[in-house]
Order: sequence, then C-alpha cells, then structure tokens
Amino acid sequence: MKEYNIYIIGVGGQGIGLLSQTLLRGADHAGLEVMAVDTHGLAQRGGVVVSRIRCGSRVFSPLTLSHNCDIVLGMEIHEALRGVGAALKEGGTLVYLNISWQPLPVRLGQCPEVRTWDLSLACKNLDARCLEVETQGLADARMQNIALVGTVAKHALIPGVAKEDYARALEDLLSGDILARNMDIFNQYAG
Amino acid sequence: MKNLGELLVQPDPFEEILMGNQALVRAMVESNTRVATSYPGSPTPEIASAIQDIPKDRQPFYFEFSVNEKVATEVAFGAAINGNLSCVFYKSVGLNVALDTFVQLGLVNIIGGMVVVIGDDPGANSSQNEQDNRNIYRMAKVTVLEPASPKEAYAYYKQAAQLAVAHKTIVVLRLATHVCHARQKINFAGYTEDKGYKTQFNKENGPYIPLTVLALEMKRLAMERIGPILSDIRKSGLNQVIRSSSSQGKGIITAGLTWLSVLDVLERFSHRPNLLKLGVVNPLDREGILSFLTSNDQVLILEELDDILENQIKAMAYDHGLTVTITGKTRDKDFIGEFTPDKTFEKILATWPEMMPRGIKEAGQKEEGLVAEGLKEKTPVAIVPDRSAQMCPGCGHRSAFFAIKKALNKEDITVADIGCHTLGYMPPYEVGEVLMCMGASPGIASGLSLNNGGKKVVAFLGDSTFFHAGLPGLINTIFNSHNITLIIMENGTTAMTGHQDHAGGVIKIETLLKGLGIEQVFSCDTYSQEKLTGLVKEALKAEGISVVIARHPCMLKFTRGQRKKKGYVQKHIAIDPQTCTQAHVCVESFGCPSFIRNLDGSVSVNTDLCLGDGSCRPSCPDQAIGFEKETNEGI
Repeated sequence: MKEYNIYIIGVGGQGIGLLSQTLLRGADHAGLEVMAVDTHGLAQRGGVVVSRIRCGSRVFSPLTLSHNCDIVLGMEIHEALRGVGAALKEGGTLVYLNISWQPLPVRLGQCPEVRTWDLSLACKNLDARCLEVETQGLADARMQNIALVGTVAKHALIPGVAKEDYARALEDLLSGDILARNMDIFNQYAG
Repeated sequence: MKNLGELLVQPDPFEEILMGNQALVRAMVESNTRVATSYPGSPTPEIASAIQDIPKDRQPFYFEFSVNEKVATEVAFGAAINGNLSCVFYKSVGLNVALDTFVQLGLVNIIGGMVVVIGDDPGANSSQNEQDNRNIYRMAKVTVLEPASPKEAYAYYKQAAQLAVAHKTIVVLRLATHVCHARQKINFAGYTEDKGYKTQFNKENGPYIPLTVLALEMKRLAMERIGPILSDIRKSGLNQVIRSSSSQGKGIITAGLTWLSVLDVLERFSHRPNLLKLGVVNPLDREGILSFLTSNDQVLILEELDDILENQIKAMAYDHGLTVTITGKTRDKDFIGEFTPDKTFEKILATWPEMMPRGIKEAGQKEEGLVAEGLKEKTPVAIVPDRSAQMCPGCGHRSAFFAIKKALNKEDITVADIGCHTLGYMPPYEVGEVLMCMGASPGIASGLSLNNGGKKVVAFLGDSTFFHAGLPGLINTIFNSHNITLIIMENGTTAMTGHQDHAGGVIKIETLLKGLGIEQVFSCDTYSQEKLTGLVKEALKAEGISVVIARHPCMLKFTRGQRKKKGYVQKHIAIDPQTCTQAHVCVESFGCPSFIRNLDGSVSVNTDLCLGDGSCRPSCPDQAIGFEKETNEGI
C-alpha cells in the first residue's frame, strides 16, 4: 500500500485517543507501516479534537494534505460535517456516530443544529459513502468510540486490516473488566 | 503491550509504538539522566506522565514538578554542576519564564551535562503565541537539535546527552507540538542500569560567578566551545543530504517537522530537488551548508515561523560570493503557522511553478500562490458552528463566573490569567477582558486601577499560577497599595495540562495571604453562588487589596476518581417540562454544555455529558431543574 489516510474528529472527552490508538495498533498488527498524531487544543474537554492515522510505504508526515483522507470518522454530527469539509477525498467514506453534542452557538440559539441529511448531502457532493452508526442502545456513552472501531472492522475499511487485528489492539490497550466490556461492544458492531 | 512505565525501564531492547513524548523518556533512561524537572505545559506534559507511570521502586532518576520553569531550570542546573546529567522540559513560552537563568547556561562549565527539552508550538495550538525560540538560542549561544518525528526525538535526545556530557554544556532539544504528539513504532536499545549519583561540585570547575571581567571570560570560553561541538556535529550525521538525479539544479534546505512535509509532498512531483535536512539548527554547519549551496543553482529554504536559517544562510552565501539564488520567506503568511503538507506544497509551487505535477490541473491563482485542484476548498453544504474549548460540565469556574458577574458593574474591568478559568472570557460569561501570560493579572490590574475613578478592577488567578508567577504581582499590590480585588480560582490542581500537583497541596493559599498581611480575605465554595456574589460585592467595597478564594475541586479530576469507586452511581439532572417557562437562563447564561436546546424551544439534558452535580440548579428562575431518578452505571 502506498498511502491510506484516516481522519478522526470529535469533541474532547469522547475517547478519540483510544479510538485512534486502536486503529493505529490494528494496522500495525496487520503489518502495515503506520503513524498517527492527535491535535487537541488547550482544553481537557469540550473543544474539537482531531487525530490522523496514515498507513503506507510512501507516507512521511503524520499530517495530511487537505481533502486527502480515504475515511473520515466523525464522533458527533457537527464534527463529522466539519471533518468531511476539511479532509474527505472524493469517493471516500464517512462513518459517523449519530449523536449530537451541541456547540455553543447552537445552544445560544445563534446557529441551527447540523442534521444527518446535511451529512448525506455533503457525502453525495463528493461521491462518498456515508455510514451512520447508531449507539442509542449502549449502556455506557464512554464506549461509543469502540462502536466506531467495530464498524470500521465490519466494513473492512482499512485495506488489509482484519477484525482480529483490531481485537489484538484492544487487548494491547485495555485489560480486565474494561477490556471485556469494550470487546463485547466491538464484536457487536463488527458483526 | 506491557504497562508503559515498566516498558520504559526494561533493560532489554524492544520495539513498541510510542508517542514522541514517551519515547523521549526511554532516551532519558538509556542516557543515564539522573535528574529531571519540569513545569507542566502543552505540548510536553506527557513526558512527565510517562515518567510518573514508571513504578515507584524502579524510578530511574529523580523527578519533580517545580513551581515554575525558571526554578525547574535552576534545580536541573544545580544537579548538573554536581556532576549529574540532568534534563528540564517545558513548553515554548515556559522559556520566557526561565530566561534569566537560561541565557547564562551556555556560559557555564556544566560538568554533568544538561539537556533542555522545549516544546515549541507552531500554530499556537495551546499557547498564547507561536514564538520561535530559535531566536533565543542564537542569543544564548547554545547547541540545538531538532527532531522531526518520535523516532528522531528518541535518537536525538541520546545524541544531545552525549554532546552535553562530552562538552560539559547544555544542549537544547527543540520539539514541536506534532512531534511530541505523533506516534510510531520505534526500535529501542537496551541499557545497563546505573543508579550512581555524583556530588562533585567544586568551584574550581568554574568560573561560576559571572561578575566583572569573569562575565567576558565566560563568554570567551563559550565561544571557544563552538568549534569542537561543530566538529562532533559533522561526524554525527545529524545533518543529512539527499541528492537527486532529477534535481534540475534545485535544492531545498529544511529542518524538523517541515522536513516530513517536504518528503510527503515531493511524492507528488515528477522531479525532486536535492535536499539538505538540518538536524542541528544552532550552530549551523557552515561547511556543509556552503557545499550544498554550491552544488545547486536555486535553493529554497523551508522553515516554520521565523527566518532564522534563511538569514544566516544568505549571509554565508554573500560572504563567499556565491551566485546561487536563495529563496526563503517572501510573504507575511510564510512566518505564520505550521508548515503543514498543504502549506509546503503551496510554497514549493509558488517558488517553482514549473514543478506543477502532471495530472493535477492548475485551478488558477489563489492569493499569490498556485493551488492544485486536489487542494481547492470544498464548501460544506451546511455551516458548521464553531466549537471552542469550554469549561467542563460541573466545572466550579462556571458557577463562579455566573455568580461573580452578578456582583460586577458594567464598567468594572476584569483581568484574566492563564488556566482553565481563562475560558471565562467567552460567551455567555465574558468575564476577563485582557490576558497576557502566567501570573500577569495582579500587575496589569494594578496599572489599570491607577486614577481609575469609580471603576473597580478585578484580577483572576488560578491556584497553580498563583504559585508559579502570581506571587510577585500580588506582593507588589501590597507594597505599593494598589486598589484591586483578586479572585483566586482554586480547583486544587494544574487542571488545564492534565491535573499535575502544585505547591497548594503543601502551602495553604489562605494562610499565605494572611501571612502577607492582607486583611480582606474571603473564601467560599463556588457552588454556593449566592454567598460568592455577596463576598465579591463586599471585597469590591474594600480599599486596597482584597482577595476572594473561589474554591471548588476540578470536577473532571474528581469525577474520574469517583467513577473508579465501587458502587458509584451516575446521577443526572432533569428539567421538569411542567415547571419550565423556557426562560433559557440555564442554556444561555449558565451555559453548561450538558443542556440541549430543542427546536421547539424546550431544553433537555445530554446525559452523555451531565454529571448530575446540580451546580446549574440555582440558575433556574422557575426551580424547574431537579435530579433524575438514579441509575447505576458505575464501573
């Protein structure tokens, strides 16, 4: 593989770090050359967080050219749309969690909330695939990130990385009861 | 993967995916670093958390969070002139705090060697500016290594340590945000544990007193050291030339993360310039650079932030009468922000339009540069509202700002400081109208208070910042009888950078304030909003300095601790739709991010976010906010 780029975007506190590390380690277990970088501003919580993962033999910088990512993972609908606008390439794939963490201008009534059809339309403009992930049934919102990993595994979105590779990555990163609960969610979404 | 801390002190070689900041700790261990100090600041705090992850009984060296960057530098220096390799690390603007000490370090015979790791922040991701500290390194006459990746951060620290020990000096490792936070697989070497600690201080190793003629003598010795250091640098292979058979007389000189941007975008070009990557950005290897210049007709210098390399390299070419064309920064925007792959691509094409890759059609002129079609901005179908950083659900600062605002008159002036509470400047609170740097608020407020009529001036300080640099400003208000109110936002931790401990755990702020002779000291928990409003009103009436300690533990830290406890019950608040009159005070003025504004004007609660702390309840004029029936979601 020459180059395969993944762009993850969400809100601080959503567990983007674990999501990114699971994909990074999954790709590594599959034998891909891979690197990643997180970009978070100054807040512990509540601001936009972006993580990029780059696989391939001709990849050097952890940062990506604009509109050059094969997949965008949006952890929330506003950020999913922001990610599509900044990073998704034509013919790419958007996977997003159908949840909304309203940004301040929406809560202040100054700006309308982004809706799922905004995402469908944005993807249509780019001839991109648009996969929605429902997490309403999850008992613990802090494990929504793993639903995304499961969905990436189910659709084999990163070429050459199998379900087992992601499972091994989770085993690297978590242990005990927390691993068991995350693995259940992973399996549920990976199908 | 083994536990990170155990891995970092494993004597055998291993391969692992680590972040730049974590890889650096392994290099510290392998290099036999004996003392490390720091003050937390992004992008470097993960260096400290990796050190603290090492089991206590296997800690490879002494580590402390010092009270500020200057003290951290001094502690590391003290250990190093006792004969031990030491390391101090902090963020870009931390160097400003440490500067008085730092500029002396290059002049001194540091017998144990010292590595100063400074995380610059091009793009100002988490800093008040994006200052290029290479300006300071030139002035201080210190050697500076600049890695581009986690792999290089690991390798370069070891080289920096070797140079520092061999030449009895300091060496700076210049990191950037996306080097610190990048992750990749690295092959780590083995090492032999050596816990030996030296106590070899001897003034004969000096001079250590830079007064009168000695100051000049020390500078002369520092200048003398540059030659032998450069000779080692040439042998080290830190500066690298990659020749191309399709260069067409073109060459690029670059360093750090920009080097990786260059390699990445050159993948898109059909011919490649010759490349010189500088691993050492001060002092410059004149010989190597001149040789590169003479082998090219046109050279482009790509460097982030200031034109430090460019000015020196142009001067070298002038001195040697070279005819090579040298292009560096030509527009203001070349000085601003990171040299991302996008920016590097655009700059190369703006300099050499004939290099436009085949297959990418010209999309016309954009600003001064050409933009390839693949890079042209797409318009999203809907506008995505901004999402700035904000205070967390349950944050005590939110309750404080909501309450304090009620005590202030419109014309009163509020002065912010660095920390989570800085975010109070944003809507809906808009408290904090001027911000400078760590600990500046009491001084700025004092200046504003002079001949200020009836307007009150209120300064804010976090507790970690109070100890870091706030104290001198506060003491000045007492010494010079300034008329301000200081509000100390005490959350018991250094929250913004990830909950590091600070001196407040040992020294009680209230006791200290009373010891300073301040008579008007008030304090209360910020969740007691009405009381806090009253106390601030009272403090504002006082003449001279008055202080209000607005206290509440950081709820992010507190809740994480609670969740780990057995039988933890997750609570949420709930809004009673019968009682709610849609006054919207909770969502618009109190502004907790847990509130959801629905299309029909009703307000509901995002249970993913709500902590059930109830700090919002006093804000509701209808008393419509209560607690939801309890659910057990504990781990």
